Amino acid sequence: MEFSEVIQEAINTLTVNKLRTFLATLGIVIGIGSVIALISLGQGTQKSVENQIQSLGSNLLTVSPGSSRGGFVQGGAGSATTLTYEDAKAITTSSQITTINNVSPELSRRTQVTASGNNTNTQVIGATSIYSEVHKVSISSGNFLTQYDIDGQAKVAVLGPQVVTDLFGEGTNPVGSSIRISGQSFRVIGVTVSKGGTGFQNQDDVIYVPITTAQKSLFGTTSLTSIAVQAKSEEVMVQAQDEVGYLLLERHRLSDPTQADFSIFSQNDILNTASSVTGTFTALLSGIAAISLVVGGIGIMNIMLVTVTERTREIGLRKALGAKKKNIITQFLIESIILTFAGGIIGMAIGILASIIISKVISLPFSISFGSIILAIGVSGAIGILFGWYPAKKASDLQPIEALRYE
Amino acid sequence: MIQVKDVSKIYKTGDIETIALDKVSFSIKKGEFVAIMGPSGSGKSTLMHILGALDTPTSGEYTLDGESVESLSDDELANIRNRKIGFVFQSFNLLPRTSALQNVILPMMYAGVPKAERLKIAEKYLDMVGLSDRMNHTPAQLSGGQQQRVAIARSLVLNPSIILADEPTGNIASAQADEIMDIFKKLNKEGHTIIMITHEPDIAEHAKRTIYVKDGKIVN
Repeated sequence: MEFSEVIQEAINTLTVNKLRTFLATLGIVIGIGSVIALISLGQGTQKSVENQIQSLGSNLLTVSPGSSRGGFVQGGAGSATTLTYEDAKAITTSSQITTINNVSPELSRRTQVTASGNNTNTQVIGATSIYSEVHKVSISSGNFLTQYDIDGQAKVAVLGPQVVTDLFGEGTNPVGSSIRISGQSFRVIGVTVSKGGTGFQNQDDVIYVPITTAQKSLFGTTSLTSIAVQAKSEEVMVQAQDEVGYLLLERHRLSDPTQADFSIFSQNDILNTASSVTGTFTALLSGIAAISLVVGGIGIMNIMLVTVTERTREIGLRKALGAKKKNIITQFLIESIILTFAGGIIGMAIGILASIIISKVISLPFSISFGSIILAIGVSGAIGILFGWYPAKKASDLQPIEALRYE
Repeated sequence: MIQVKDVSKIYKTGDIETIALDKVSFSIKKGEFVAIMGPSGSGKSTLMHILGALDTPTSGEYTLDGESVESLSDDELANIRNRKIGFVFQSFNLLPRTSALQNVILPMMYAGVPKAERLKIAEKYLDMVGLSDRMNHTPAQLSGGQQQRVAIARSLVLNPSIILADEPTGNIASAQADEIMDIFKKLNKEGHTIIMITHEPDIAEHAKRTIYVKDGKIVN
């Protein structure tokens, strides 16, 4: 008996009772569909988080005030006031530092901003001229902050596109207009290009002002909320982290690194943390979906057992006509594999469709991996074998006389 | 060609032993047309199962074409049933929703006959039983007599040593029963060995020899 004939015969048998065949595969369809959709959405989320973090600038180290280890009571990240503009200057000029390109001291706070009768609450970042290079900020009109603005504590501001929309309306060019930040008047000198991103930090909803202006005029502080340090390449990240760390320990007169009053993260650290969080969620959700696969498999086994009982006479006849055990096993196993395999293919199609729709709706990048397709096909086939084996074995073990007598 | 020597079959249900066949011995030569007769419960069905390699005897020897059958494995028995025995059942036992042609082809699939050859052989035998115009009909579209003729065609395709018919006319109207018996007689004339189990004397009359079974023993 040729293999193609076995398959043809199985398909013929399965199409006799279409409703039953459909209901039997439904469990697998739902199981595979939800696993595929969840893996796809998980990967989409991961990709979106990665894109956002990468867009903040690669080979970047972020120095934050406050200990990363902390004590029993730990202040929120960035709440300490141990980093100063002088620290940033020292990193730039120190002879101990050999692996660093740019240093961007930053002071950011949320504050109230008004212009032409509109007001909004937004992130105001005190920055230097190097900020745009370190964080890959591009200008769509006007200019970014210059060294001249920094030195002169100029009351100038560069707006993110979201702020422009909020204060001046969409599509207007505010360059040359004035806005009030915390009651002080600033002249708009530029607008940045949209970076997109909706997640945990909207990079379009910010205002950049000179760091000196931010420290002295706006917030009245000498401290920084962070120093972004750009390493020369990704390969020297670890070395750069050490160099900056030891320099700051020395400047802060600390001998024990565990007592450090600052912490240094690389973009990779943040990326890894974010990835592992989304990865865990994806695995968890897929695991729950996989349970429905097992339930689907039991459904297949149930229906195959019913089929074997129903077709006892047929099995007896086939044996009387010369079918060997392996012929009967193959016949029933192929039937259950076709059931689960068809369920797997349909489930995959539905899962992909669902994840396309969902990722459209919540604006995630759509992502489907070759691996999850292989997984769907492999798992559905394996379920067919696993849950079809027992009914097939039962069929093949029937004695021909008993089976022929069966009414 | 068939030699049955001291064959016994004992069924055990718990502690109770039922003797279905009690040291039965007989032989059937090639080209014979034998009827096995007996009342129900006489053991003739058990005898047929053993002759058909559907079951093995508890003790004794059964030799078919010089080959001992009593101690073969399940798969070896399947081979014997496939190659050496053509079954014709009382209730036809055709696959439902399957054409006459496909039903006749089925034993050849298990025997591994090449695809092109199968079709030719199946058509030849369906033609022989007078059903060349109904090859694509399913059993439901055929009369009882026609279904039994499909079953006879199916029993012949692998050119078996014996055709084993179990009450072949039991479910058929008498006019059609005569047609079936005519086919058996014609096959016998062509040299086929036919063993027919029946409890109807007028059907048994068509055979050249009759073996009577009663209480698991052969009586004369």
